[in-house]
Amino acid sequence: MRSILHVATHVFRDSVRDKVLYSIVAFAVILMVSSFLIGQLTAGQDVKIIKDLGLAAMSLFGLFIAIFIGVGLVSREIERRSIYAVLAKPVRRHEFVIGKYLGLVGTLLANLAVMAVAYYGVLEYMRFVMPPGQFKVTSPVVDPKLLIGIGMIAAELALVTAVALFWSTFSSSAMLSAALTAAMWVAGQFGTDLRNFDQVVKSPVAAGIGRALYYLLPNFAAFDVKSQVVHGVPVAGGYIAVTLLYGAAYAAMLLTASVFIFSRRDFK
Amino acid sequence: MAGVVGLQGYRERHFRTVEVDEQILYVRAPSVMMRLALSFKDVFADLYWIRAIQHYGTTRLSSSQDKHYELLYPLLDLATSLDPRFSIAYRFGALFLSEGAPGGANRPDQAVALLQKAMAANPERWEYPYDIGFVYYRNREYSKAAEWFRKAANVPGGPSWLSPLIAVTMTQGGDLRTSRFLWQNLLSSEERWVRTAAERRLTQLDAIEQIQQLQFLTSQYQRRYGNPPPTWDAMIKAGLLRDLPKDPTGVEYVLGQGSGTVTIDGASSLAPLPTEGAP
Repeated sequence: MRSILHVATHVFRDSVRDKVLYSIVAFAVILMVSSFLIGQLTAGQDVKIIKDLGLAAMSLFGLFIAIFIGVGLVSREIERRSIYAVLAKPVRRHEFVIGKYLGLVGTLLANLAVMAVAYYGVLEYMRFVMPPGQFKVTSPVVDPKLLIGIGMIAAELALVTAVALFWSTFSSSAMLSAALTAAMWVAGQFGTDLRNFDQVVKSPVAAGIGRALYYLLPNFAAFDVKSQVVHGVPVAGGYIAVTLLYGAAYAAMLLTASVFIFSRRDFK
Repeated sequence: MAGVVGLQGYRERHFRTVEVDEQILYVRAPSVMMRLALSFKDVFADLYWIRAIQHYGTTRLSSSQDKHYELLYPLLDLATSLDPRFSIAYRFGALFLSEGAPGGANRPDQAVALLQKAMAANPERWEYPYDIGFVYYRNREYSKAAEWFRKAANVPGGPSWLSPLIAVTMTQGGDLRTSRFLWQNLLSSEERWVRTAAERRLTQLDAIEQIQQLQFLTSQYQRRYGNPPPTWDAMIKAGLLRDLPKDPTGVEYVLGQGSGTVTIDGASSLAPLPTEGAP
């Protein structure tokens, strides 16, 4: 357990030095600047648009970090040959993989936390400058329910990290791993289409493959509750719990596979 | 950096670029856009909404006599498909798609289609059937308007004033007071844009009422002197007016030479006045 924590801490420190913080600052600045510009363009929908833009930016920035740092977690160590030094220490291979995963998830969570503070700061500012009675909305400007959306983004990113790490354990090309992770994320957005594939194809075999892919591929679309939280529509607690459980189970399965593959790799 | 700025400025001054006036919408099918947007549908909905406003504003303010709002419906359709709870986009559509030319697209059919889509996605909202009734009212189809006001009244949580509105629409459709009542209800809308549009329309209705009163006074002048008033000064000298008559924005009304008809000045921000509710 201590070894896992050591590896995780090392990844966290390394990632923070790895320009991740720059993206956070860039995000915060873009969000704040856009809040002033967008207010001029959107005919009273500035708060909705800032909420949408903020959540989308958290998701997109997080996705980039999860994919591009995630795919290099293991392959970079192999490429740099620093893996020999690591494995020479009393760190078992499964501890190394799990530590790497937890380190990046920790980085992503810290990243999201800073972005969330900037996000709420901008919304608080919008509430402050809004003339009283000038704006009526279906949900409050500074709405704690937005945290549900941010939490679901975090869960989605944790799953994306597991996918990236999985590809990283047996592919020596970081670009290929990134492409495969991105492709899986995109495919995971089409869950409904895959499930209802029988409505667009006549072949029962093709429909069956579509349905099988729906169950086998990670359903990233299920984590997307951004629209609901922005509009103040309640998201059922049961739905959140089942989706989080699904994400945890899928990530655990991928980590197990990653550990299995990594344990059998020969680095000679 | 200074060099780059300088070069940009030099190019601006010496090589004028040809601006393409044509507005293009590359993806029109909402089903395609919904897939292309992946998990960023709301942001794309916002972008299409901003484009819809830009399109409407640019077309409305253009100097062209022949204004076309062809992209308004496709843009609103895309925005509301990507975000089916985008209330302002539906209600904006209702107001400006149904508005007569040149201030709007003069397409009440598209306004109704957009609002029916809103109803299908948000059956708990009474505002959308109300807005459909409003579109029919503006189109002078009073029995259809009353039918939709009834549907709005049947939505749980609908306001109590909807029931008397049904009877008023059936009996006094086209009446200026009914029109004012309908617009006043929009002043309590959630959407600032709808409220702003309602405020403007209520000011226009004030102007219509003032024109009716002025028209009555010019007819009195004609009865007294046998010919229509040549100028407002003549009306003042005759004791029918105290001052030069101005619309609510402070622009003087126009008196038709030889006819005595009173109209709003084309330079007024209230022009052109709507025809709804006018006798």
